[in-house]
Amino acid sequence: MTVLKVNRLSKHFGGLIAVSDFNIEIDEGELVALIGPNGAGKTTIFNMITGLYKPTEGKIYFDGKDITGMRPDKIAALGIARTFQNIRLFPELSVLDNVKVGYHLHLRSSPFAAALGLPSYGREEEQITRESLQLLEAVGLAYAAYEQAGGLPYGLQRKLEIARALATKPRLLLLDEPAAGMNPGEIHELMDFILRIMEDFDLTVFLIEHQMRLVMGMCPRILVLDHGITIAEGSPEEIQNDPRVIEAYLGTEEE
Amino acid sequence: MLMKKRDKRVLTAISLLALFLLLWWAEGHLDPYIRRILNLIAINIIWAVTFNLIYGYTGQFSLGHGGFIAIGAYVTALLTLSPAQKEQNFFLLPCAWPLNSVQWPFVPSLIMATLLAGVFGILIGIPSLQLHGDYMALVTLAFNEVIRVINMNLQSITNGSLGLKGIPAYTNLLWSYGCAILTIFIVWKLGNSSYGRAFKAIREDEVAAETIGISAFYHKLMAFTIAAMFAGLGGGLYANLVSTIDPNLFSFLLSYQVVTIVVLGGVGSITGSVLASILYVSLFELLRPIDQPITLGIGVTIPGRPGMRMVIFSVIFLLVILFYRRGLMGTNEFSWEWLLLKVQPIKRMMLWGIRRGKETNDGSKGE
Repeated sequence: MTVLKVNRLSKHFGGLIAVSDFNIEIDEGELVALIGPNGAGKTTIFNMITGLYKPTEGKIYFDGKDITGMRPDKIAALGIARTFQNIRLFPELSVLDNVKVGYHLHLRSSPFAAALGLPSYGREEEQITRESLQLLEAVGLAYAAYEQAGGLPYGLQRKLEIARALATKPRLLLLDEPAAGMNPGEIHELMDFILRIMEDFDLTVFLIEHQMRLVMGMCPRILVLDHGITIAEGSPEEIQNDPRVIEAYLGTEEE
Repeated sequence: MLMKKRDKRVLTAISLLALFLLLWWAEGHLDPYIRRILNLIAINIIWAVTFNLIYGYTGQFSLGHGGFIAIGAYVTALLTLSPAQKEQNFFLLPCAWPLNSVQWPFVPSLIMATLLAGVFGILIGIPSLQLHGDYMALVTLAFNEVIRVINMNLQSITNGSLGLKGIPAYTNLLWSYGCAILTIFIVWKLGNSSYGRAFKAIREDEVAAETIGISAFYHKLMAFTIAAMFAGLGGGLYANLVSTIDPNLFSFLLSYQVVTIVVLGGVGSITGSVLASILYVSLFELLRPIDQPITLGIGVTIPGRPGMRMVIFSVIFLLVILFYRRGLMGTNEFSWEWLLLKVQPIKRMMLWGIRRGKETNDGSKGE
């Protein structure tokens, strides 16, 4: 079943064409990578899927529903969560609160019930706390639950951002350079981590990555973007041997 | 040091009961000047705590609090004034129907003030919350001025610059502190709920908040409207405390006063807002002599300047911004655990004192 379908998506910033004619179909449970040199328009595509940018042209369908140009919070409510290239946590809140706030979307109690501290709200709050702690346990951050999120080491902040995204109970998770700034050991651990949460949370994952080790090692399908244009698509082997990809990354040999 | 939830509840209940017994006593025994200051403290607590909800929790800098206070004050004033007093007040233009013939009791008037201020909160919030940072501050400041100018010119409703006099002085310590505690309770509960976390998430990173499904606009509007409602409630209490109001009482200076209190107390701390309200109002009274002429010995006299006190406040404000930006409390809150930790050294010191006293006594006996 197709979870995400992107049709002829384009984004222009004034005269700059950031993305042009981007197409993709992602099936349930798939793990797809989007790679390309800096400035190729990868994050712009993520921003359009999550509603932060309005596409200049093209359509985005999630579960068959047209979500083009919808508000980011509505898209999140439908089941698309994301992380950011430059981690965007809520630094002053505790690690636990960063996760708990992810559940807010599913809160049933009214502000009235919350402001008066009604028992119905109390039960929901307890449930949110319990689930958040379980989630932190699952990502291995439970021991730091009451620390300030901004004080965590870089790698753990990345994990926390993923945990926060998982708290919204998404079906599609968009990871924007999850391995940025990690050493080979950490990348290896991250690969296992992503595969594990895909299994545990029934996720479909679409990720942007620069680290070839991560992409080639675990993603069965890869798209390559250069200057906003999709130049190749296929398995890691196909991508590695594609002359246009080599050209985009290494430049052409002058003769 | 962790305490049981029930113990804390009991402690809170006892201290609230003690507070109200004290207030009940104060209402009958203290002189009106002191009572008035105490009432003003409670009203400022209401204003500051609600402003904290918008600024401290949600991170939206509004300079329109004075406008909502004005709406609350005028609503209760016009509803509680008797038709006869209205006739006396409105001598330039008669009071418009149906206001000229109504007189409501205090409680429904306060509720009306709260609700109407809330309606204005929604109306002003919808356009101004689309803006960010300084732009929002400017728009809300303009709203504050618009309300002032409207109050100046709606002669047949607000009596214009003549203001309203003889408003029944219904507000007493029990009312003002009752409302203050209700406000603190609601802001506290909401601030610590899932909604409060959503407010803080918006303050920290609006884009990230939206991508986890929090509608920034809806939540900002919620915080703004609740704050406006309680500002209106405080305004209503204020009108029925001071008995005389005019449009200039609720200029942007009042909004600044609320901002000053919140910044002094620590942005995001309800406890800080409460402490700073007490400090601000008390200092404001204690510094009264500064407005009078001061004689400095050998014939040197500083002439009295009304408003000289404000210079002192400006200096304090500047110093806080420059050297102590976290304010009194930072973002910390009062808790019984915290109090016990603070009390511990005092207790130890007292015990030590008693022991030493005994030792010296024993010593003197030995001699």
